[in-house]
Amino acid sequence: MKMETDLNRFHKIVRGKIKQELKKFIANGSLIGRHGKETISIPLPRIDIPHFSFGNNNKGGLGQGNGKVGEKIGPGEQEGQAGAAGEGPGQHSLEVDVSLEDLSKMLGEELALPRIELKGQKNLSSEHRKYGSVHRRGPESLHHFRRTYKEALKRSVISGEYNPEEPLIVPIKADKRYRSFTVTRQPVANAVILYMMDVSGSMGDEQKEIVRLTSFWLDTWLSQQYKGIERRFIIHDATAREVDEPTFFRTKESGGTLISSAYRLAVKLMESHYPPQDWNIYLFHFSDGDNWSGNDTAECLKLLGEQLLPAANLFCYGQVESRYGSGQFLRDLVKQFGDKHDKVTLAQIKDREAIMGALKTFLGKGK
Amino acid sequence: MHSNSNLTAQLHEIAQSLHAKSREVGLDPQTTVFELVDYKQLNEVAAYGGFPTRYPHWRWGMEYERLSKSYTYGLSVIYEMVINNDPCYAYLLRSNSLVAQKTVIAHVYGHSDFFKNNYWFSKTNRKMLDQMANHANMVRRIIDEVGHDESENFIDVCLSLENLIDIHSSFRASTKALSQEEVENMGKKPVAKLHAERSYMDRYMNPQEYLDQQRKKIEDSAEKMQKFPQQPTHDVLRFLLDFAPMSSWQKKILQLVRDEAYYFAPQGQTKILNEGWATYWHSKMMTKLAPLHASEIVDYCDHYAGVVANHGGKMNPYRLGVSLLRHIEKRWDRGQFGMEYQNIDDYQQRSRWDTQVGKGQEKIFEIRRYHNDVTFLEEYFDEDFCHESKMFLYDYDERSGKQIISNRQFKDIKNYLLKMLTNLGNPRISVSDGNYHNRGELLLEHHHEGVDLQHEYTIEVLRNLHRVWKRPVHIKTVIDSIAKCVGFDGHNHSLERM
Repeated sequence: MKMETDLNRFHKIVRGKIKQELKKFIANGSLIGRHGKETISIPLPRIDIPHFSFGNNNKGGLGQGNGKVGEKIGPGEQEGQAGAAGEGPGQHSLEVDVSLEDLSKMLGEELALPRIELKGQKNLSSEHRKYGSVHRRGPESLHHFRRTYKEALKRSVISGEYNPEEPLIVPIKADKRYRSFTVTRQPVANAVILYMMDVSGSMGDEQKEIVRLTSFWLDTWLSQQYKGIERRFIIHDATAREVDEPTFFRTKESGGTLISSAYRLAVKLMESHYPPQDWNIYLFHFSDGDNWSGNDTAECLKLLGEQLLPAANLFCYGQVESRYGSGQFLRDLVKQFGDKHDKVTLAQIKDREAIMGALKTFLGKGK
Repeated sequence: MHSNSNLTAQLHEIAQSLHAKSREVGLDPQTTVFELVDYKQLNEVAAYGGFPTRYPHWRWGMEYERLSKSYTYGLSVIYEMVINNDPCYAYLLRSNSLVAQKTVIAHVYGHSDFFKNNYWFSKTNRKMLDQMANHANMVRRIIDEVGHDESENFIDVCLSLENLIDIHSSFRASTKALSQEEVENMGKKPVAKLHAERSYMDRYMNPQEYLDQQRKKIEDSAEKMQKFPQQPTHDVLRFLLDFAPMSSWQKKILQLVRDEAYYFAPQGQTKILNEGWATYWHSKMMTKLAPLHASEIVDYCDHYAGVVANHGGKMNPYRLGVSLLRHIEKRWDRGQFGMEYQNIDDYQQRSRWDTQVGKGQEKIFEIRRYHNDVTFLEEYFDEDFCHESKMFLYDYDERSGKQIISNRQFKDIKNYLLKMLTNLGNPRISVSDGNYHNRGELLLEHHHEGVDLQHEYTIEVLRNLHRVWKRPVHIKTVIDSIAKCVGFDGHNHSLERM
């Protein structure tokens, strides 16, 4: 198609625009909820070519229909019911569909994220059958009628049996064709993301929104790096439990905070479902950092050091700032692991603007 | 004469019989080539502004995506595209029903006749199809030479100036600019004395004051001619081509954009009349001249209703055009013109007036030959028509936050329409000084007619203009009733009171 080049040029411009605005999109969440399975639709201001033109300083226009002066008209109403129409220019905004793959690429380019090095090719592999070829033998259920007919037609033309006046084609056994498949095996590196979130009383709606936005972009990035990706959600206050995604973002508890409860549950989940030799494991934990007691913090550090970190690819802790300020937990983690640890990344997410920086910290290691 | 490329035998026959019919009733369509296309092809052609090939540019891609989307969501279907060319090319959507195909073919012959016979199209390039292909090749060569980004950026710059043309210039005898020498000599021309029969009369006929006055007049006009340009010109693009410092590939691109802008101008100038004319004839063909079968008539009506419907938020040129043409036909059939008729004040008496002169057909053919939208409405959009078609102006009501009907006055409605159509709805802008401040700066002038320019765009366009002119650029305009001059010097924008 001739249009292809022009379409590509246009998409390149759109990509440029999106990248320009990416920071805004990351912070304001207008994209979430607009995404389908593979594409996301992004509202952009109309891209156009400026001309000397009249300012639109009145919203009036010319219409046709019944009605007295002073009567209101419904824009776009059908004629016959005091209907009206005008020629005033509408405010166009451009809605472009971008695949999640593209979006994740842009995110990667914009944040300069390294691609993830897969944890040793696992012997997990998926069998994929593709019906791409035609064979002479096969089960009747895979009979390829058109090909068979074609063969029969060819044979009858060659042998001179074919009579255009009375075209009668009778396939014989040698004409029969069957669909056939080829098997391809694809190595699949499996990954699981474990989201943990503090839902204690001090975590407000804004804090949760920040977590939600951050996790959306984490998902977007990671899901493009792995074929199959699983996500599990753990919420905790003084006790932890596993929930589904909507609950994860909605639940509000009022209890205190025992972070170790979540880590313990994570360990349990990993042991039962995700043996570390087969899985790439990502742990994300969001909290305001107000742990109940020093004892519990010590317990957390122990769990992390002995069980979680050896198994996981990456442990990320994002501390969101609640209205009670920022807690101690982040400092404790820094003290224990330093900020150069191979698998631990820590970020303080003060507000929405800080999400971008947090993403960069979390994913910047290429783990 | 038909050379139909890929029409089915049935459609070919239909096209031929409709062509014969259209000639019978006095239409004189260009040779027309129909081509059956699927919706993807049609969207592509439509995105290219009706042509199969255009120069490479992203906005075709944008338009294509928009059309494809609105087609996918069932928001709009393009039934037909037709190109003003010799031969005329028209595209039919393959998936149209037979009734729609017939209607569209008849409609296309209307356009084809209009292109060929309307005065405002008389100066257009009838080999534009080839020209467009040449343009495409030229731009591709430029891309090879200077790179895609570079050339596309410059095309964007030129497109941003594309409405700075003089749509009437091709209809005026060109006035040749005087050479520098001629201008200088002009000031030294001797004063033409009035002829005196007797020599002693001379000093009474040509007193010294008179001679001085005449001398001053000559010098003034010579001084005026010293200006650059000598006359303010509305063809800003021509002026830039002649005087802006551009490299040769840039000149080629600007020339191309200007050529295409002039080619498309008449289509913008005659949208209402052209669509009205085509709609008038397709409806007459389908219902009277080559009537459809009874089984098709409901589908036809459905289609027709779609064509003339007032879709929300838009004035429909098809509807306005066809109803005004019918109104005129009726008036001239019944002799509703001339002094005697005009002087009747009574509406009832006016509408009963019928001298049965039957000049309707003749009249509308005359209109199709000589008029464009502005002259057409100026001349024939009358009070009776305005009221019968229930026109009104609406406005945004601050109090209720709704749009309300604000006016049903004939005069205001007509004024609004004419204003909207004048100069294709573009502000009138001319080059008034190419050596502004005596520093080679460029001064444009916006002839303000009540509506201000959109400021953000003005600033952007000045930035683009500067890329062509390479020296500071200015535009005189009026903002909030105060005369101002907006400028751009390559780094900063300025806004000064005049």
